[in-house]
Amino acid sequence: MKHVLEFEKPIINLKEKIAELKRFTEDSELDLTDEISTLEKRLADLEDDIYGNLKPWDRVQMARYQERPTTLDYIDKLFTNFIEFHGDRYYGDDEAIVAGIAYYNGKPITVIGHQRGKGTKENIRRNFGMPHPEGYRKALRHMKQAEKFNRPIVCFIDTKGAYPGKAAEERGQSEAIAHNLMEMAGLTVPIVCIVIGEGGSGGALALGVGDHIHMLENATYSVISPEGAAALLWKDSGLAKQAAESMKITAYDLKQLNVIDRVIPEPKGGAHRDLDQQAAYLNEVLEASIKELTDYSKEEILEKRWEKYKQIGEYKSVE
Amino acid sequence: MLKDFFGKRRKYATIPSEQGKLDVPEGLMQKCVGCHKIYYRKEMKKHMNVCPNCGYHHPLTAWERIDSLFDEGSFVEWDKHLITGNPLNFPDYDEKMEKDRKKTGLNEGIVTGKGTIAGQATAFAVMDSSFRMGSMGSVMGEKIARAIESAKEESLPFIIFTASGGARMQEGILSLMQMAKTSVAIKRFSDAGGLMISVMTHPTTGGVSASFASLGDYNIAEPGALIGFAGRRIIEQTIREKLPDDFQTAEFQLKHGQLDKVVHRHEMKSLITTLLEMHQKDGVIS
Ligand SMILES: [Zn+2]
Repeated sequence: MKHVLEFEKPIINLKEKIAELKRFTEDSELDLTDEISTLEKRLADLEDDIYGNLKPWDRVQMARYQERPTTLDYIDKLFTNFIEFHGDRYYGDDEAIVAGIAYYNGKPITVIGHQRGKGTKENIRRNFGMPHPEGYRKALRHMKQAEKFNRPIVCFIDTKGAYPGKAAEERGQSEAIAHNLMEMAGLTVPIVCIVIGEGGSGGALALGVGDHIHMLENATYSVISPEGAAALLWKDSGLAKQAAESMKITAYDLKQLNVIDRVIPEPKGGAHRDLDQQAAYLNEVLEASIKELTDYSKEEILEKRWEKYKQIGEYKSVE
Repeated sequence: MLKDFFGKRRKYATIPSEQGKLDVPEGLMQKCVGCHKIYYRKEMKKHMNVCPNCGYHHPLTAWERIDSLFDEGSFVEWDKHLITGNPLNFPDYDEKMEKDRKKTGLNEGIVTGKGTIAGQATAFAVMDSSFRMGSMGSVMGEKIARAIESAKEESLPFIIFTASGGARMQEGILSLMQMAKTSVAIKRFSDAGGLMISVMTHPTTGGVSASFASLGDYNIAEPGALIGFAGRRIIEQTIREKLPDDFQTAEFQLKHGQLDKVVHRHEMKSLITTLLEMHQKDGVIS
């Protein structure tokens, strides 16, 4: 185990204790079978208790976890013949976003996603999954192509946000994001967006205008990071944990706010514990989405997309 | 000419800091944010809040903006009655909103409606940064989306003046989603042939800059306006270097190809009038 998440510590401690007892019995005459099975029972309860009651801040840790599966992991598990294509044709190739085509259940699809690295070296190459404008423009280029060849689009969302850098501003970060929002609105092919890790603000949304929006159980999606919100609202980024609660950023919160369609379950302890199981859960939802959406005509797709976004928000009327 | 004065400006626009705050009698007098000269408020108003000395563009309220553009008595407001809920039950949000409603006389940091500019009918939206920094929540998104839909139905152009620090934190993900909602509305309007003019005023940043503000057929800005996606402080922390003074000003964005034009407030009405005229025949849905 490379990292231990804060809230998992009691579980890890107990696991170590059980392992220790087991080692001890191997070398001695003592029979501790009863003790061990009691502890194992306690471990199961503890896991149920902790993993079954994750707080928003715990999920933030989970969503950011280094070992958490990324876009390329899911592409590998869900699709066949993935061919990655590079570049925005204007400026460069932003490796914080991957894009390409593949087969899904025997039919071609376009797949696009934020891509962070799992180690330092890859993270530097991929800019920690934080795109520049050229990343968004690459994404849009592939979406337009998907429309031309009538392929559904799957977007995986996993970013802290669009990169806040000088060059990104100079090349039109705002324009790139805005343009994607507007163009995605008008694409006549089905778009399924799945938040697999962190969904950070406009940088996430720029791949997130679609017909169905799903979230993994421990993913987050928010207008600003909990640290940023705490700094802005209470002038203290140390209050991030509290902000994570107040900001309503978990999959269940977003489902309740009518922003997403489905919460995709994760294996006990998180997606990184069992990638195959996670991919299977994801596949089930994706398959249902694609099946439903490919039945609609182009006009219906556009009309339903508008209906979907039109209803998001809460307000009241006064005299 | 005022424009000549304007040419002398170098500094990027800043939100008034402590030091820039008035040490002159409130109400009657006003200190220019740009050059610190003191003016009669009336005098400044006469110049549409543009400093006669240095050309600094001070903010206009939503209704001052409407008065500066529309034919007298022609403007009809839409959806004034919409006010925000508190969807996340965010602490103190209701109180803060109530306070700003009282302070500004507005129900939200945006006014939408229609009227005529030099005789030409148009749908219109204008943000007011004195209301919670013009931040965008559900009501703002809804009012913009409705105004665009009305423009589409009535075959009117749509003009928006933006002034906003971005998304409204207290509405969380719902405020982020207003970027999507307004963008979908604009796409429908644009596909129907509608003309949209976006005028970015100080400040237009974050989620507003990264959605409808950047989606006009023409994207125009007022001189000195702060326009950008990420905040200066966050960028400086991220890249660990000091940014140039003019970073993210309208002039900076123009230089980098992100704007069609930077236009002095005194010439705004004339430009908009011409643009409306030039789109009467073919460009505007009929
Ligand atoms: Zn001045």
